[in-house]
Amino acid sequence: MRYHTPTSFADAAAIAAGASGTLRFLAGGTDVLVQMRAGMVQPDDLIDLKHIPGVDKIERTAEGGWRIGVAVPGIVLGGHADLVRDWPGVVEGMNLVGSTQVQGRATLAGNLCNGSPAADSVPGLIAAGATVTVTGPNGSRDLPVEQVPAGPGKTNLAKGEVISAITLPPRGKNGGDAYLRFIPRTEMDIAVVGCAVSLRLDGDKVVEARVALGAVAPTVLLSEACARAIIGTTLDDAALGALAKAAEGEAKPISDKRGTKEFRIAVAGVLARRAAKIAYDRAKGLKA
Amino acid sequence: MARDDVKTGYKYVGTRPNRPDGLDKVTGRARYGADFSLPGMLHAAVVRSPHAHARIVKIDASKALALDGVKAVVTRADLPTGLTGEDLNLQDNTLAGEKALYDGHSVAAVAATSQLLAQDAARLIEVTYEVLPHVTDVDAAMAPGAPVIRPGVADYSVPEGMHGNVARYMEFGHGDVEAGFAAADIVREHTYKTEATHQGYIEPHAAVGQMGEDGRGEMWVCTQGHWYIRRMSAAVLGIEAANLRVTPSEIGGGFGGKTTIFMEPLTLALSKKAGGRPVKLVMSRSEVLRATGPTASASMDVKLGMKKDGTITAGQVYFRMQGGAFPGMSPIGEALPCAFACYDIAALKHEAVEVIANRPKAAAYRAPGSPMAAFAVESLVDEMCRELGLDPIEVRLKNGAKNGSKSSYGPVYNVIGLQETLEAAKAHPNYAIPLGKNQGRGVASGFWFNHGGETSVSLAIGEDGTATVMIGTPDIGGSRASIGLMVAETLGIPYEDVRVNVVETGALGVNEPTHGSRATFASGKAAVLAAGQAIKEMCKRAAAEWEIDAEAVEWKDGAAHPAGPNAGKFPPMTIGEIGSKMGGSGGPISGHHEVTAEGVGASFGTHVVDVEVDPETGRTTILRYLVVQDAGTAIHPAYVEGQYQGGAAQGIGWALNEEYVYGADGRLQNPVFLDYRIPVASDLPMIDTVIVEVPNPGHPYGVRGVGETGITPPLPAVASAIAGATGARIRSLPCSPPKVLAAIKALKG
Repeated sequence: MRYHTPTSFADAAAIAAGASGTLRFLAGGTDVLVQMRAGMVQPDDLIDLKHIPGVDKIERTAEGGWRIGVAVPGIVLGGHADLVRDWPGVVEGMNLVGSTQVQGRATLAGNLCNGSPAADSVPGLIAAGATVTVTGPNGSRDLPVEQVPAGPGKTNLAKGEVISAITLPPRGKNGGDAYLRFIPRTEMDIAVVGCAVSLRLDGDKVVEARVALGAVAPTVLLSEACARAIIGTTLDDAALGALAKAAEGEAKPISDKRGTKEFRIAVAGVLARRAAKIAYDRAKGLKA
Repeated sequence: MARDDVKTGYKYVGTRPNRPDGLDKVTGRARYGADFSLPGMLHAAVVRSPHAHARIVKIDASKALALDGVKAVVTRADLPTGLTGEDLNLQDNTLAGEKALYDGHSVAAVAATSQLLAQDAARLIEVTYEVLPHVTDVDAAMAPGAPVIRPGVADYSVPEGMHGNVARYMEFGHGDVEAGFAAADIVREHTYKTEATHQGYIEPHAAVGQMGEDGRGEMWVCTQGHWYIRRMSAAVLGIEAANLRVTPSEIGGGFGGKTTIFMEPLTLALSKKAGGRPVKLVMSRSEVLRATGPTASASMDVKLGMKKDGTITAGQVYFRMQGGAFPGMSPIGEALPCAFACYDIAALKHEAVEVIANRPKAAAYRAPGSPMAAFAVESLVDEMCRELGLDPIEVRLKNGAKNGSKSSYGPVYNVIGLQETLEAAKAHPNYAIPLGKNQGRGVASGFWFNHGGETSVSLAIGEDGTATVMIGTPDIGGSRASIGLMVAETLGIPYEDVRVNVVETGALGVNEPTHGSRATFASGKAAVLAAGQAIKEMCKRAAAEWEIDAEAVEWKDGAAHPAGPNAGKFPPMTIGEIGSKMGGSGGPISGHHEVTAEGVGASFGTHVVDVEVDPETGRTTILRYLVVQDAGTAIHPAYVEGQYQGGAAQGIGWALNEEYVYGADGRLQNPVFLDYRIPVASDLPMIDTVIVEVPNPGHPYGVRGVGETGITPPLPAVASAIAGATGARIRSLPCSPPKVLAAIKALKG
């Protein structure tokens, strides 16, 4: 195995483009190192991104959003008061990943690139409308987060491409987001179903909404039907019922060791309702 | 209850000093299995079958052996032939013979100069399999058409006409059950199922073994019983027990799962082939879950007759249990006697079969068989209490076993504390707390026999008046502290002056493992008797110096005293004085006791649990949990409470989320703690405990074992609480959210 420590994303992309065998990028390593130890993957080339300047930074964008480096661990996100104020749903999703020790290393970019449909930070990013900057041998491009996962363990990044930053849009006024997951235990578990809702209010009325569902399809779903169910409503019981029904309709899960298909469909509706209420309260400035 | 044959008012017994191993454990100084290393040591890795059932056609290790640094490969061909019975089962499980019998069954092992190299080499060992039909479910394994895994497995007990996977049959009972059912106001009958669960000890199996060409070996190993490791390893390798010396490490949990061998002999076989270099083998968590003893899975029919006043008129059970691909491992012999052990019922019929299936060889797990039996019987008792509107504690008080009751399995109970636990549970504030919406309360009682067993203990008096105790039962639950307290009490010296060491196989006679809740009972009893022997000798030394009869000397408060005015007037001679002079007064002073310990006191407990169930997701939250159990005498109350809480925590895990999940391909789907869901700390409230003390007359300080009973009531208690909260009765564990939600939805129609 060759271990690389490039100091720019252009160099990282060049090494990746030239690699012929199994390749892994290393940010926090909380997936890659575990997989290596378990014998699930034996990379020929391991590219550590942590030597690239800026990967540990959280910065305001010119537009008022946030640019998050690929090596920023969950615990730093959780400790960033301004970011938490803007995007509590994104941060609470990331902070559910693993244990306290894992939070010291695990990153948003790694959680996304691991390609799990159950990744806890991905629904929040998608609901928030986050984008990633992808650097490849031919330069950089921006991509909505929902276009990154391709299926369990797979992404749509081309050979030689690497995520070089994650950007959250400006929160703006009267907005709120939330993420909920279902696990049978209280922690140290993996989402059986996850749901993130981000919305904006005008008075009591929902005027914008994005709803993302996790662990109910091969990739995290961005559901327009769920958004339609609550846009234009005051999130009354009828709207919440319509949202639950829409979420149940969107969910296309499998039965596996973590839960049955029927269970996941039912719980997708329950979580969508509950997450929407929290996001609504947050948009209202109520504590939740 | 006051009894004149039981001494009370102890100075050390019943206090809560720090455990002697505590500081080592919290500072990392304690040496567990994987912490042991030797110069020149090699590391081993095991090749495991990816198939549930397959004929092994060929094993080609040439590529692995060609790697620089690979020193030895062993397969079944390296082990002796001609073994029979359980020795053959152990050998078959250590390394597969003609067939791999479960996913994870070890097929070959390799030793190399580093762990990574050993793992690389293991991947290069090519095994050719012919995959065979498999079966993993207990009922499916008995169904017509199920593949017969090991023809001829049935022993003499199996009636003609049963499926070829049935290995054992047993039945017993008393009274006229048909007449009993006829006399009942309601008779109910249901089938209950429990999935296999793993002991889930945090420390994986680990051993370092060394064996030369002369067949003499040594092993350092994480185990609950090193004499068992010695006997079993010697049998598998065809060597004499005396040629193998086994030293136990500290142990990070066992719960019964470390009373047998899984991979330990491989370290010796590899060492011998590698020219005598020591070999270390440490299992990964996945290997532990795939290939070490989970408990049995069970399918159980129960029928009960009850009168409107709660009197149980008759009971009948038929249990089917699978304990993996090896006969003798499913605990039907314990489950049946435990089924009705809490009750005094006029007519009972017990019947059970052991079935083999393509799963790992089961091992003991905390009160083996009793939790499953309790789930079946106590669930049905609860169902009938709810149907008749009866209080579950009152019904148990009415039908419960008492002093002098003839037990459901034959012997007459001497002095037992079931009624006292029920009364204490009824009186506890938890039982009176009003329940809210979506909340329910469950009650269940549980039983374990407890065990005495082969025990050998030595004790030596130091020159400074301290005492060193040598025991052969590894300390898995605080037994060094409790034995230290009993010896301190007996000798009349401070607890800090007693050091209790778990010693290796060369230092004592044969000891059974720490199993059956026996360490504090049996090693404790032997230690007390050994201390008594030392006291007798110390009195003799004092008598010699005083020139009076030894009978005229008595021992109290750590010193020899003249026994009364006629014995003469001498100042007390302390243990320190006697110790300092013992070289000149006749030599070292020690005590020794060895026995197959008798006088075991049966153990009963009663649990009360309150849960809240989310009606939209089926998720259960434990709101509060109460364990009431009879300890006999609680030598170290804090560690007794720890045992109660630990048993409850494991039982709650079994009840709610733990299960072995097999795919259609017969492979274990969840061999990691992410998906094998034991409770995490934040899942449980602080578990309330009440120690009931009905002293056991068979022990000098009244000890009953306390380790096992606590895992028994949680399974039915939790399921009954969920039934109370939702109206839905789950008769198949675990009560996982998908199952509970489906049951809630089925109720709504």
